[in-house]
Amino acid sequence: MNENVTIFTRDLVKRFKTKSGAVTAVDGVTLQVRRGETYGLIGPDGAGKTTTTRVILGLLERSGGESRILGYDSMRDTYAIRERVGYIAQQFALPADLTVMENMRFFANIQSVSRKDQRERIPELLEFAGLSAFTKRLAGRLSGGMKKKLALACSLVHEPDVVMLDEPTLGVDPVSRREFWGMLGDLRTEKGLTIFFCTPYMDEAERCNWVGLMYEGQLIAHDSPETIKQMVPGRLLEFTPSNFVPAWRLVPDLEGVLEVQTYGVMLHVFVDDVGKRRREIETALAAQGITCEGMREIEPRMEEAFISLIRKQRREE
Amino acid sequence: MQKRLNRISAIIQKETIQILRDWPTLAMVLLMPVLEMFLFAYAVSMTVDHIPTAVADMSKDVQSRAFVDALTASGYFDVEMYVADEAAVIRNIDEGQTRVGIVIPPDFATRIERGDAQALVILDGSDSTTVSAGYSAASAVAQSMAMKLTVEKMNRMGAVGMLSGGSLNGASSLPIYTSTRVLYNPAKDDMTFIVPGLTAILLQVMTIGQAAVAVVRERELGVAEQILVTPARPIELLIGKMAPNLALTVIDLLIIVLLGIFWFDVPFMGSPWLFAWLSLLFIVSGLGLGLLISTIVKTQKQAQQLTMLFMMLCMLLTGLIYPRGPMPAGVRAAGALIPATYFIRIARGIITKGVGLSFMWQDVLILVIYSVVVIGLSVRAFRKRLD
Repeated sequence: MNENVTIFTRDLVKRFKTKSGAVTAVDGVTLQVRRGETYGLIGPDGAGKTTTTRVILGLLERSGGESRILGYDSMRDTYAIRERVGYIAQQFALPADLTVMENMRFFANIQSVSRKDQRERIPELLEFAGLSAFTKRLAGRLSGGMKKKLALACSLVHEPDVVMLDEPTLGVDPVSRREFWGMLGDLRTEKGLTIFFCTPYMDEAERCNWVGLMYEGQLIAHDSPETIKQMVPGRLLEFTPSNFVPAWRLVPDLEGVLEVQTYGVMLHVFVDDVGKRRREIETALAAQGITCEGMREIEPRMEEAFISLIRKQRREE
Repeated sequence: MQKRLNRISAIIQKETIQILRDWPTLAMVLLMPVLEMFLFAYAVSMTVDHIPTAVADMSKDVQSRAFVDALTASGYFDVEMYVADEAAVIRNIDEGQTRVGIVIPPDFATRIERGDAQALVILDGSDSTTVSAGYSAASAVAQSMAMKLTVEKMNRMGAVGMLSGGSLNGASSLPIYTSTRVLYNPAKDDMTFIVPGLTAILLQVMTIGQAAVAVVRERELGVAEQILVTPARPIELLIGKMAPNLALTVIDLLIIVLLGIFWFDVPFMGSPWLFAWLSLLFIVSGLGLGLLISTIVKTQKQAQQLTMLFMMLCMLLTGLIYPRGPMPAGVRAAGALIPATYFIRIARGIITKGVGLSFMWQDVLILVIYSVVVIGLSVRAFRKRLD
């Protein structure tokens, strides 16, 4: 295996036994995360992101395939992994009845960080997380965003080479979210930390070097965000029809229209030829007495690419 | 090894801070034994005496009055009223004014002469404690009065008004004197009987409750996963969680025992050190059982409910109040699954009887095996993975 590969899986499978039979939550996932990279595992709820992360970390039994972190096997070398990886669980909670400082100390002690290192590292991490003024506050009394920052600080106290974050910005306001990502960006540039995270938010995918799109237990695409955005067919037109429902029914049947997605009151239409189809759409809708406002070509974002890829996957099945 | 100690001490520190910070729970854990001791000592008396009694004396002579006096003098019966006949006695019991009725037939005096006098004792069967106390007290009095007594129990719960009880043969011609000597607790003081048992029950309920809640709370709050992903091994988590609770329970133990000795004057006959070591063993078995319970329950509420249920079973099945001897085999077997059953015997053995290990080695051995099994099972349940 390549020296530079930090997280590695091949044909990873995880099946759960339920009352109604076995459910395959992770169905043959093969992925690689290179050292110093930020890898985003993106997908809707229930796609298998959390399960994949937990199996890689050795928190769940693996049903098949291979998975390793830093060369350590998820199942066999579980404790070696736990000494070298930082993790924030999705439904994470730090002990709410411990203060910020006590939480930091607890995670430092349990990771056997020496007193000397603690004295240097803890104030540094708290400063970095913007929590220096709150060391005596109970973790349960922090705001959602501050809790996440404390969790990140705690997961970094043993200076791991890799952090795995499961939906780290879930339930966090946009400002705190931006700050949180700012922190992660600094860590990557300053310390060369490898970051693996799961998220259902497409905009967060833009922050990655590499994206894995997960859907129904499978990785349906994995590449750089730029490449993934180019995987969608044709070009993208955006407009607001004056009468939404008839327009939404009519447009997909027009010639040269590859795909239609709704976006609030707007329609996003993928076409083969922007100049030609733009006029045709306007004419066809005008015939029904529908006007098109703000018709323009836009760059496909992660969100459009992702919906398109999932639809393609569904058609193939 | 150093890392292992670091991890255990980190968990102990964390648990200790959490226990100290949750002061309402802490106060309850420390005050509950005191409260229970005082309740048992002053509010719940297990001796039945001064039972309100109605008398229908249809003989009205020296003999019958002597009998009633003897009943009163026994201390078990307080004659609240005199009524005309049996029907009036029953009506009184129905109305709840009295619990016992004594009916003395008109020919009482003449039959005493002949040696086959009978008196009817009517007991309120809805209160079984009163029945047994009244029954034995009345027969003792009657026996000493050398006469024959018919006791009828009345089952007020059912439709049947009266049940025919057995008739006691007074053996007037052959008075038998029995002399009884009560060992270990000559004053038959309730507290001497209760304190060792209560010690066992309280420790049992607390250890189980604390251990179960300590684990379930974290799982419920999602803290468990975050701690599971640290390098702490299952056995380290187990020790780290048990140690502070063990200390807390030892404090409870001291409170109970010292309160028993110095406030309630319960004599401590045996070796305090033997008692300390065996208590520790018992506490460990209780914490282990609590951890085991924590693996089946999902929420703190369930854990608390189960602890309450367990407390009730402890009260009924372990021999704290009701002797285990007469219980049906199945019920006795259920009691045998509770560690307190063995520790009650151990505690009574050491505190009340002052006997040594050689007299209770079987109970001790069972507790040792019990602890090893429950701790073993709960270590298995504390796994390194979520599934």
